[in-house]
Parts: sequence; C-alpha cells; structure tokens
Amino acid sequence: MTGPAISVRVQRQDFDLAAEVAAMSEGRGDVGAIVTFSGLCRDEAGTLGALELEHYPGMAEAEIRRVCETAVVRFGLIALTAIHRHGRILPGEDIVLVVAASPHRQAAFDGANFVMDFLKTSAPFWKKEIGTDGTAGGWVSAKDADDSARDRWKKD
Amino acid sequence: MSTVRLVYFAWVRERIGKDEEEIALPDSVVTAGDLLNHLKTLGEDYEMALEHENVIRVAINQEHVEHDEPIAGAREIALFPPMTGG
Repeated sequence: MTGPAISVRVQRQDFDLAAEVAAMSEGRGDVGAIVTFSGLCRDEAGTLGALELEHYPGMAEAEIRRVCETAVVRFGLIALTAIHRHGRILPGEDIVLVVAASPHRQAAFDGANFVMDFLKTSAPFWKKEIGTDGTAGGWVSAKDADDSARDRWKKD
Repeated sequence: MSTVRLVYFAWVRERIGKDEEEIALPDSVVTAGDLLNHLKTLGEDYEMALEHENVIRVAINQEHVEHDEPIAGAREIALFPPMTGG
C-alpha cells in the first residue's frame, strides 16, 4: 500500500484541469469525491492588462509540498495535486489549480480549501500588476483577510 | 567573517537593484534580524528596501524563519515581501 499521491508542479505553461481530475481516479476504486479549485487572473474591471508572477524556484515547490503533506494527513486525502503557474498571465488565464481526492466529500472540500489558504500566505510567489497599456504597475499587497483565512485552520 | 549568498525577490529585489549577491558578514551578525540591520548600513538602496523591517520575510536554505533565527551555517538567505500567490 503506497501513501497518498501528492503531485506539486510550479510551471510556466497552462494546465489541463480535466486531465488532472481524470488522473486522480485512474486505476483505483476508492475515490468517492474529487474537489477542484482553479484560481484565474481577473481583469480588475478592465484596468489590468496582465499579472507578472515572480517566484522563488525550489522553495516555491518545497513550500507547496509541505502544505500538501500536512493536508493529506489532516484530512485523510487519497490524492492531492497542486499546480501554480509563473510568468506573465493574462486576464481569464489560469494561475493555480488544486485537486483533492478523498473517500467522502467533506475531506476533499476541506483539503482543497486548506491548501489554498496556506499556499497564499506561505508559498513564495509575488504578483505584479501590468496595466492595459503594458506598463508596469505596483506589486499586489498581501491581504490581512488571507492571514485570517489561514488562521481559522489553527487547532485549539 | 563568513560569506553568505543572499537572494532577493519582488520589491525587495527592485529596491536593492539586484537579484542576488555574495556578501561577507561581520561576526556581530548572528540572527536574521541582525542581517537586516547590517544590510541597511550598506547604502540607500538597502535602507529603502528594508525600511519596514517587520514586513520583510526571511528564508534560510529555502525555509521560512523568524527574525530571531540564528543564521550560522546558512548557504542561502532570501529576503522578500509578504507573499501574494494563489
């Protein structure tokens, strides 16, 4: 019996959500629930031309993996995939994908949610806004709401 | 004196004006916080980048640490702003 299958990828290219979901239950009959979360680039009411996503190679993968390892144990997941893109991403394009598989739905919902909350505050990625005219804008600021979202998972 | 590789990201990188560098550290630099204070003495760019010291995140050998973490034995120390991925 092998442990939960964790797959973490940090990549420039887009991902295929349907292929990632299909891979999760392929050749096994114990998966009863698969939850996916996709994060996309918003156009911020037409003011944003693109996001430039910078990352810390090596640590970005390692940090997402640490979060995933915690999640599979805490929620009893069967499999967990997390993919995060970097480089220039246009409105409507994918940024991040989390796919969580478990025997029953609640663990998959919670697992995907947990991974996103911790990924946002601990994985070394930074977003810079690029205007519709192609000029560099400012760096996106970290939100207190993201810290609060993470902290609600803390156990008493 | 010891030498360490520093890497910078996002607006810390832009304000310092370089991605990475090797620097020699005086023996008085013991913790990550000491390192930030030492760097601030190296010029205006560093001062501007590290002005709001409490928001600067530090990673030693690609793992997050607090500012009171000793840096002895570090191969690579990264300085960066709060993360905004996802």
